[in-house]
Amino acid sequence: MTVLARAIDVTRRYGEVRALDGVSLDIRAGELVGLLGPNGAGKSTLINLFTGLRRPTSGTVELLGGAPGDPVLRRGIGVTPQETGLPESQRVGEIVSFVAAHFPDHADTAELLARFGLDGLAGRQVGGLSGGQRRRLGVAPAFVGRPWKVFLDEPTTGLDVEGRRALWDGIRAFHEEGGTVLLTSHYLEEVEALAQRVVVVGHGRVLADGTMRAVRGMVGTRRVSFACDRLPELPGVLAAERVDGRADLVVSDPDRLVVELVRSGVAFSGLEIRPATLEEAFLALTASKETVDA
Amino acid sequence: MPSLVLAHTRFLLIEQIRTPIGLLAAAFFPAVAMVAFVVPYAGQDAAAATTATSSLMLFGAMSSALIGLGTAVAQDREQPWSPYLRTLPAGPLPRFAGRILSTLAVMLLSVIPVLVMGALFTEAAVTPGRLLLGVGALVVAVVPFMLMGLVVGYVLAFKAAMAVAQLLFFPMAVLGGLLLPPQVLPGFVQVVSPYVPARGAAELIWWAVAGTLPEVVPLVMLAVWTVGMAVAAVWAYRRDEGRRFS
Repeated sequence: MTVLARAIDVTRRYGEVRALDGVSLDIRAGELVGLLGPNGAGKSTLINLFTGLRRPTSGTVELLGGAPGDPVLRRGIGVTPQETGLPESQRVGEIVSFVAAHFPDHADTAELLARFGLDGLAGRQVGGLSGGQRRRLGVAPAFVGRPWKVFLDEPTTGLDVEGRRALWDGIRAFHEEGGTVLLTSHYLEEVEALAQRVVVVGHGRVLADGTMRAVRGMVGTRRVSFACDRLPELPGVLAAERVDGRADLVVSDPDRLVVELVRSGVAFSGLEIRPATLEEAFLALTASKETVDA
Repeated sequence: MPSLVLAHTRFLLIEQIRTPIGLLAAAFFPAVAMVAFVVPYAGQDAAAATTATSSLMLFGAMSSALIGLGTAVAQDREQPWSPYLRTLPAGPLPRFAGRILSTLAVMLLSVIPVLVMGALFTEAAVTPGRLLLGVGALVVAVVPFMLMGLVVGYVLAFKAAMAVAQLLFFPMAVLGGLLLPPQVLPGFVQVVSPYVPARGAAELIWWAVAGTLPEVVPLVMLAVWTVGMAVAAVWAYRRDEGRRFS
């Protein structure tokens, strides 16, 4: 399959901060990829590199076989503007026509607006739209130029359930027609509903890259912590950390872990079990990688 | 490519026309100055009324070029819409050209009230040929102020840009002899005046509309300012691009 977007060992620094750290990623034609990760993980930086807004500090970024900085290549992609930045005094139809003027082949304005539930609003100024309408108008420009590939940055933030479903349908329809999608989200459920492949980033690194199922397994984890002098050999531990005599374990099956812990005969106290958040699960994942490396 | 420049110009013009406060601000002060000073004091003298009217047109045009463009560019840089535009399949040129053309259009609109007042309420007179020449001179004369507006807009944040543009604008307009003719300015101002770009701009326009032979130093200085500001504008643009897009 053709690779539409590729990052090879990409590092991006902002001053002292390493937003991306040795990221390699291929996005192939026809894929619907969900990019998951906490705030500050590097999701936006990665999208900025793919869409030509930024250049990597080191490594290579390719878009449709060339450099993302080349405007001609960018005819093949669509990007979502940030909803907060839509020019208030423009009319809905004017924004769509303006974006369309940049593409030799572009979608029909009325049809596009209908697809995003904005039919009949072409003559309305952005300032007069409801929050949900604005949000949908924030996504529509990505599809104006009949792109091969769209980059959707947090497309459904601030939408109600109905609006979210409508947008998901639109994204699915685009994908079924052969379109490639890279979608970022805070919401696991959103990525779950749409994506086949999930890439998890944290601390500027790719932590996991696989099917939805595999990543869901990682997220269904618990954090088990207890005080002990010596940590015995325990099964099913995804990540382990010892701080001030307390062991902090990320596990997928906490019941089994407790049984094994008791069986090991090691004295322990202050047992706590709590769900690991998505973020914690991924942070634990990075931490464990670092300990393995060390 | 030209159609893209047109699309951007149109887009920016729509924005400016739907929020007409900028347009009004540029037209308001020179119109008031016209009513308060030119009509009662110079209205009966054809030559004085003609140059005074053209001076106030330049005053309004300068404010569009420097304050209008400077604040628009600074504001642009603070909107997430501008990075979005960079992801569209076009380089920065159409947006840039659109910004310049829409500023020129707004500038030409904002000088109309003064022109109309000059024609109706004073003895100011100009042949159609000289009027056209004057408009041409106006467009050339505001170039350094547009470049200065770009420098201000690319270097400063919106609020600072607004303040600095006005701080630059008023002293230049006064020293350049736009509000009072240079002959009646105090001695020390007359010494500085030829070196201020507004003076060269004014000389150029007086030459075009009234045929008064311009002084050499102000015209040379206008050229020097234009080149200097062009260099500064390129520097400011690259600096901003390097910070936000590299």
